[in-house]
Amino acid sequence: MYPDLSNSPVVDQVGIEERVARFNTRSIKKETKLQGLKLALNMIDLTTLEGKDTEGKVEQMCYKAMHPADDIPGLPTVAAVCVYPTHVKTARRALQGSSVKIASVSTAFPSGNSTSDIKIADTKFALDNGADEIDMVISRGEFLRGNYHFVYDEIAAVKEACGKARLKVILETGELSTLDNIRKASDIAIAAGADFIKTSTGKIQPAATMPVTLVMLQAIKDHYDRTGIMVGMKPAGGISTAKGALQYLVMLYETLGPKWMSNEWFRFGASSLANDVILQLAKEYKGVYYSKDYISND
Amino acid sequence: MVGEFKWDYAPAPESKDHVRLEKQYDLFIGGKFVKPLSKKYFATYNPATGEKLAEVAQANEKDVDLAVKAAKAAYDKVWKKMPGKERAKYIYRIARMIQERARELAVIESMDGGKPIRESRDVDVPLAANHFFYYAGWADKLEYAFPNRTPQSLGVAGQIIPWNFPLLMAAWKIAPALAAGNTVVLKPAETTPLTALKLAEIIRDSGLPDGVVNIITGYGDTGAAIVNHPQVNKVAFTGSTQVGKIIQKAIAGTDKKITLELGGKAANIIFEDAALDQAVEGVVNGIFFNQGHVCCAGSRLFVQESVADTVIRKLKQRMETLIVGDPLDKNTDIGAINSKEQLDKINEYIQIGINEGAEMHQSSCSIPAKGYFCKPTLFLHTSQSHRIVQEEIFGPVLAVQTFRTIEEVIEKANNIPYGLSAGVWTDKGSKIFNMTTKMRAGVVWANTYNKFDPASPFGGYKESGFGREGGLHGLAAYLKF
Repeated sequence: MYPDLSNSPVVDQVGIEERVARFNTRSIKKETKLQGLKLALNMIDLTTLEGKDTEGKVEQMCYKAMHPADDIPGLPTVAAVCVYPTHVKTARRALQGSSVKIASVSTAFPSGNSTSDIKIADTKFALDNGADEIDMVISRGEFLRGNYHFVYDEIAAVKEACGKARLKVILETGELSTLDNIRKASDIAIAAGADFIKTSTGKIQPAATMPVTLVMLQAIKDHYDRTGIMVGMKPAGGISTAKGALQYLVMLYETLGPKWMSNEWFRFGASSLANDVILQLAKEYKGVYYSKDYISND
Repeated sequence: MVGEFKWDYAPAPESKDHVRLEKQYDLFIGGKFVKPLSKKYFATYNPATGEKLAEVAQANEKDVDLAVKAAKAAYDKVWKKMPGKERAKYIYRIARMIQERARELAVIESMDGGKPIRESRDVDVPLAANHFFYYAGWADKLEYAFPNRTPQSLGVAGQIIPWNFPLLMAAWKIAPALAAGNTVVLKPAETTPLTALKLAEIIRDSGLPDGVVNIITGYGDTGAAIVNHPQVNKVAFTGSTQVGKIIQKAIAGTDKKITLELGGKAANIIFEDAALDQAVEGVVNGIFFNQGHVCCAGSRLFVQESVADTVIRKLKQRMETLIVGDPLDKNTDIGAINSKEQLDKINEYIQIGINEGAEMHQSSCSIPAKGYFCKPTLFLHTSQSHRIVQEEIFGPVLAVQTFRTIEEVIEKANNIPYGLSAGVWTDKGSKIFNMTTKMRAGVVWANTYNKFDPASPFGGYKESGFGREGGLHGLAAYLKF
């Protein structure tokens, strides 16, 4: 059902930034840190979204997704790989027998400027090739024009096309300009059936930031309190350090609570984050920092 | 990994290794530490552990007389005559030295007073340094600050400060007094004397002329001796309204100038159009900052009825994430209650609230078995006639009421003997301006709470006191024209 946007509370940017600053003063050490790093690794959607992507690159990334660092015992796999629809087939083959999911961007990613028919076809193509999850983009132009019903209908249509596949809705927050808009877009996406809401394509700056993510987490929280339905969150782009990832986890933990602390409900969309997490994990196990040369760049 | 995920933050205690505390502290009079004529000392304890930290001297009337005479001599011989730009250099140097020793001061503040290290490190100590920096800038510009009014210093300022922000209150008092050309006798509270004594060491090391600042420790009778000393020209007191009234009576008939910063029972008002999550954050900051030991704490919450359920739900959820415990742990949000007496008083009020029929809600957090701690507490369904709504509790206890119209909330917010501060939460600018003109409170924060800046005056209406600290107003309180 189309949401009552008068229920979308306004957002105070200064207040949001102060809250974020407070998350960032949490001191995460020892066992807590180890647990957090493993969880962060397990929440990563390992991503390659370039025009020049090759089959080989996708295959290598899939191997890395299943075997992040075999020399460190007990590491989880990442949550998923995230690729263009045309690479889903390759990923499906490479990930045979693994629990790592395949997420495919769709709906004329990254701009979303295309017709509805093409967007649905794009989604179906990815699903037919074996995608488990669809990362769609909203039509920011229509949103900013105030055409909220259009945005809602489009998400709902893609959701229908997805069937059982989980749908992540990318708001592209870097183009929405205000936190109030981000809150509104979150509420529309959630009402239209998003399984996850996601900050960014990674193609626009700024991509994910903690203030933006906090606003989206609060939208998820309000929806949960109202309906009891959980929605997942995926900040994407710009999170490249383990320390940064831990700060996001603190924010998640203190905003949505322990139920969300799994890759069922939270993902990091990132390409370089995994290696920094591995570097930090290696340090926890071996007591010294690796040279980055010891970690594969796949 | 579905299911309950437990992620208790591992302890992250701030190191105490760099802290240097003497076993015994004497009185800082005339530029050096001297044994008290009373020959008496008393102990100061860590409220989180019960551990004795140090003994400090108990100044009697004769000690006070020595301190005031030292201040008077320094005033007449040195400080009064010194050009403003020279005074500024000393004040500036003190600010720099506070910054240099910030870590030590922060840790001692948390050990002696019980406040979380996050606050002493990020709020108390930096703000204290900022006050010195700010007033250093005014010292040689008094003529410009008050044009055509020939500002003149007063003489000896007797200053008595409370235990809730020991170092910060010392800075609020000393910095403007020195900038205006006065000398000082300062008494910190008996439960939290250590950072003031550390400040005395800094002042000694800064080379400030002997006797310009004297810091003496003791109980209420020491304070009374300062107030009643005939050579004190100005009394500045921050503390309870009860003691404030006694001081005002004591100086009646003298020509001593006085500023009083006393109790409060601030209204924090949330309108339905506010940014609710941020408002809740502001309420938490307003009442649980420094365990609620804040005279401007937002201890009365008024929520517009259409959003009351939402706000209270969010508030309860947020309270669950507050970590109560070891003040020296970097993850602690709420530290120890300052003293056993204060904890007893808070618990008594909690019992009063229950007896009055208000609905109590506390965070489910655990609190340490040892030391003085109190869970963050809410009272719902309170009314203006409840004692927990009328009286200052000075602890982490919030009384919640709802309202329907703007006229109703203005009337309720002002219906209290206090008037130190208030908070207004709304997205509408016109409502903010309307409210700020109608709140009878010295400070009104809009869409934020507990924000302090040296340039901004702070002080009360009604029984919250008079006179202002901070800004130009704070400077004027130490001058005659």
